[in-house]
This record gives sequence, C-alpha cells and structure tokens, in this order.
Amino acid sequence: MQEVDDIDRRVLRLLQADCTEPVATLAERAGLSAGACWRRLERLERDGIILGRRVEIDHAALGYAVRVSLRVTLDKTRAGAFDGFLEAARDVPEVLSLQTLLGRVDVRMEVLARDLAHYREIYRTRILALPHIAEIEALMLVSDIKNSEALPI
Amino acid sequence: MAVDLDDVDRAVLRALLEDGGLNAREVGRAAGLSQPAAWRRIRKLEEAGVIRGRRIALDREKLGFGVSVFLGVRLAGKARLDLEAFERAAQAIPEVQVVQHVLGIYDYRLRVVARDLSDFERILRRRIMTLPGVGAVESNVILSDEKVSGALI
Repeated sequence: MQEVDDIDRRVLRLLQADCTEPVATLAERAGLSAGACWRRLERLERDGIILGRRVEIDHAALGYAVRVSLRVTLDKTRAGAFDGFLEAARDVPEVLSLQTLLGRVDVRMEVLARDLAHYREIYRTRILALPHIAEIEALMLVSDIKNSEALPI
Repeated sequence: MAVDLDDVDRAVLRALLEDGGLNAREVGRAAGLSQPAAWRRIRKLEEAGVIRGRRIALDREKLGFGVSVFLGVRLAGKARLDLEAFERAAQAIPEVQVVQHVLGIYDYRLRVVARDLSDFERILRRRIMTLPGVGAVESNVILSDEKVSGALI
C-alpha cells in the first residue's frame, strides 16, 4: 500500500464534502488533470482506503419517528454473555446498530420505533427478552445537531 | 407524513444499501427494472426524503484513526443559551462526528474520532472539557461497531 500523500488527502476531503460530483469536477477542484484524478481514485479504492459509497436513509421519512440509544450492562459472570446478547440483538429488526464498548456500559444499540407506543412494545417484548442483561438505560433522541462520518484528514 | 414503500421501492433501496455506488442501470438490473424506470424510482425516493444523500465510506484505521469514543455529556446549566452555545462549539470540532441532543441521564451524545488514546485524551482535555457549559462527561471507547440497518426496509 502506497503512503497517503497531501494530494490524496485533498481528494478525500473533497469526496467527504460531496461524493456525487463527476470526476472532472473533482479533478478541477483538486487541481489535478482528470486522468491523474482517476488514477488516484483507482489506487485509493484498490488499497481499500475508499471502501465505497453509502446511501443515507432517513428513517423518519419512512415513519420511524422515535430513535432511542439503549446502553446495556451485561451480566459478565455468565460465560458467553457478549456473544449471546449480540447474536439475539441482531435478530431484532428495529435494532439499527450495535456497538460493544470499553467503559461504564458494555453495549450500545440504536432502536427505531414508529411512535412511543410502538417503542414500548418493542422494549417489552423484544429488548427485555434479550439474554444476559444486568442493567439498561435509555437516551431518547431529541435532535441530530451533527451527523457525519467525515474524518479530520 | 410517512412515505409508503411498495415492493419495487424496497428492492431499489436494498440494492442501494448493499452498494451506494450503483448507477441507475445497475440498480435496475438488481430490482428488475429498466434503467429509466430505476432512475425515476431513485429520484422519487430522493425527493420524498427517504434517500437523504450519499456519502463516501473511508477506512478509518488505514487513514490513521484507530480510536472512536462515545461521550455522554451533561451540561452545568440548562438555559436555552447554554444549549445553543454548547451545540455551536461542539459541532465545530473536526474530531467530533456526531452531536445529538438527547433525553435521559445525559443532555448530549457525542462521537469522537482520534488517532490513538493519547490523541483522544488531548481532544478530551483541550476541546471537549473546555466547551461552554460542559458538566460531567463519560467516555466509552468503541471496541466493535456493526450496522444492521436494512432489516426494516
């Protein structure tokens, strides 16, 4: 893998700001010829630095108005608590993402629901049924102030 | 008003969730549509706000960002001006990827990316702990992160 240089970083910054522009526009902004820009993009993809493009789905537009971040402490005296919990949590369709953590809580997961009544139902029938939960706390999303995966490159 | 998806919309969204870089022809092939029909569907989903946009996905670790941390932040004061000052300053920090106003034991959730733990400590001390109005801060280092989105579509 070739070292990422300053020009690569400039191209990546431009892509982070807008990845839908044609290569010609990107090249112009980066001060490169279109050919040179192509070659850099190809190399960055080949080296696995550019993983691809992702669409962002707005779940609120699909009717999921409630988003809750659940922070779970597991009963670690039980063997396989992490694996057992994660495996079961992956099967809950309303669970949008799962993270394991090093800190006061063990797992964080994001749960979507249509409204509060729906959330209560998911919480009671699906979340509390997950194995090895010792403690659980909820943070309900009020608003997204900033949400980007952009890296400070 | 929530958007109702039909089976064709779902097939289009699933194809795009799998690979956000697909063009209309490739989406059409995956969803059993002609190129113009796929283009119209994608356009409709964008206009309805279901597809919010596209972003480039980069390999954090290969670009030198080995550590991601969730922060729970409690503000010392809860007046409107306190919230606004905090939000403005927090979202201006390049290492802060996510700022969410939440209800629960914290007022804000942040996601911070750093090169390593000592870089994180520097960001925490110099940039986070000096944010206006910041009270208690809890850090949870992310060990693993998986998105399981798509199950609802």
